[in-house]
Amino acid sequence: MLKFIAGRLGLIIPTFIGITLVAFLFPRALPGDPVLMLAGERGVQPERYQQLMVQFGFDRPIWEQYLVYVGNMLQGDFGVSFSTKRPVLDDFLNLFPATLELSIFAMIFAIAIGIPAGILAAVKRGSVFDQAAMGVALTGYSMPIFWWGLLLIILFSGVLGWTPVSGRISLMYFFPSVTGFMTIDALLSGEPGAFKSAVSHLILPTIVLGTIPLAVIARQTRSAMLEVLAEDYVRTARAKGMSPRRVIGLHALRNAMIPVITTIGLQVGVLFAGAILTESIFSWPGIGKWMIDSISRRDYTVVQGGLVLIAGIVMLVNLVVDLLYGLINPRIRHQ
Amino acid sequence: MTDRLRAEAEVQLSSWSVRGKVLAEFWHYFAQNKGAVAGLVLFIALVVMALLAPAIAPHPPNHQYRDALLTPPFWADGGTTTFLLGTDALGRDILSRLIHGARFSLFVGVVVVSIAVTGGVLIGLVAGFFRGWVDVFLMRIMDVILSFPSLLLALVLVAILGPGLVNAMIAIALVLQPHFARLTRAAVISELRREYVTSARVVGAGRLRLMFKTVLPNCLAPLIVQATLSFSNAILDAAALGFLGMGAQPPTPEWGTMLAEAREFILRAWWVVTFPGLAILVTVLAINLVGDGLRDALDPKLKRS
Repeated sequence: MLKFIAGRLGLIIPTFIGITLVAFLFPRALPGDPVLMLAGERGVQPERYQQLMVQFGFDRPIWEQYLVYVGNMLQGDFGVSFSTKRPVLDDFLNLFPATLELSIFAMIFAIAIGIPAGILAAVKRGSVFDQAAMGVALTGYSMPIFWWGLLLIILFSGVLGWTPVSGRISLMYFFPSVTGFMTIDALLSGEPGAFKSAVSHLILPTIVLGTIPLAVIARQTRSAMLEVLAEDYVRTARAKGMSPRRVIGLHALRNAMIPVITTIGLQVGVLFAGAILTESIFSWPGIGKWMIDSISRRDYTVVQGGLVLIAGIVMLVNLVVDLLYGLINPRIRHQ
Repeated sequence: MTDRLRAEAEVQLSSWSVRGKVLAEFWHYFAQNKGAVAGLVLFIALVVMALLAPAIAPHPPNHQYRDALLTPPFWADGGTTTFLLGTDALGRDILSRLIHGARFSLFVGVVVVSIAVTGGVLIGLVAGFFRGWVDVFLMRIMDVILSFPSLLLALVLVAILGPGLVNAMIAIALVLQPHFARLTRAAVISELRREYVTSARVVGAGRLRLMFKTVLPNCLAPLIVQATLSFSNAILDAAALGFLGMGAQPPTPEWGTMLAEAREFILRAWWVVTFPGLAILVTVLAINLVGDGLRDALDPKLKRS
């Protein structure tokens, strides 16, 4: 097991170096002068230009620039955003809870519906339910979620008037941020109606962001269950006269969940990509909106820092999933 | 002499009939999946529509009918049969724009998949054949690409290359390409252990021949399935980039760009938003249905699951 962990850890170091290289080279690959790019859109005086050149280190050899860049990054210095004038890491940490909260709700939504639907579809294979569920799942999997979000806004906000269109909470409420999770902060504030407002703002973005993971999880659960249900030990359990409920719950489900858990872990990258679209539709103040806004604002220090932070998180989560997978499935570990 | 010719002809014939049988068997499995057949029919209809767009579309896609701004579809109040699916905020016929838009989406899919398959297969073949540090180096690069959320990396690449449909296609191809590299590499490594490869080697087949004529044709099944998936992903990603203003630029009738232009009217004119998205969904769904059928027919291990 230790060897397995060491092997996986050994693999992430070159990947991380690659990620930092991509982020490092990004502003240098942009057309035009990188100093002007990093300084913002407004022009600079020649003296200021020299000053910035030294400040950003562009006067030094490129390998030295890279080492300085990585060194700063490892100390938590990702540069300063020219539009907010604050350190990139501070902005990231401020906005990340919003994305995390939305992602957690989206995953709960996807798992709570996807796994039972997948199990039921496998158990009742070929039934009307199976066909309908898989049809819906394939549709969800094919969904352009930015359009799905607009449709839900038209229906639930426009026609029915049930849910708000954008933001995390109604502007009527104002309370200090404690955890960064609006739902929890709203409960802690004790203001009447605040929690309800936070939840009502979460519903549509949750559905939109959760749709593709839901479809993937339902399809994966179904095919994993079908595979397990065909195994000899399931037949043995049935032959012993065990009730179908126990066969499915005790024998089949546990083994079918192994690939499903991996699939769930691998949705993290999908969630980030989805967050870019979901957050920009619902004006959700999280990482996805921050990135797309920074790209259109040409705030390239932010894009650079965001790239490393997001890819780093995706990489770490994938590593944890990998290790967990090795832990529950010895066959992988000993390959 | 005539005997030899006849023998050769028979060999030829049998290889054709073998091919025919393989195709027939493939079709047999594919046709069992009714959804896949429906998807294929839909997809062919879309291709025909895209090819004949100028002939089928009732109006030019960019012509602005200034006296018919935001006309609803014909069945709604105030709609007319002149504009079956209504008009957008500039008075352009939505149906005609959708028909022309099919050209862009299918073109994006074809180009992106071609680039991604070519690049990915070459990288995978090289990594799988040479192993050692070449393999490690190439696969770590693929890992790096895969550790970025695809849409984010595509956005950043477009920021470097500049917004536009061509650059969006390059960016998406680059992001989708590692999947092909990984698949090819894995297939090559497992095929290289087979006896037919050893015998080809013993007979004296060179490296290039081994790569492209001996091994590659036997790795095609998973690659074809992945290519279908990438085709639909490419269409979705290109539309997403268009929606975010980083893909095709207005007034191009690309479906994602049409949605971006329609955003501000969502609560006033539902049809401007509904139809372009529906077009994306139907296209992607058709391709994914075909992909599921291909997987069932080509990959016996996954069959009927």
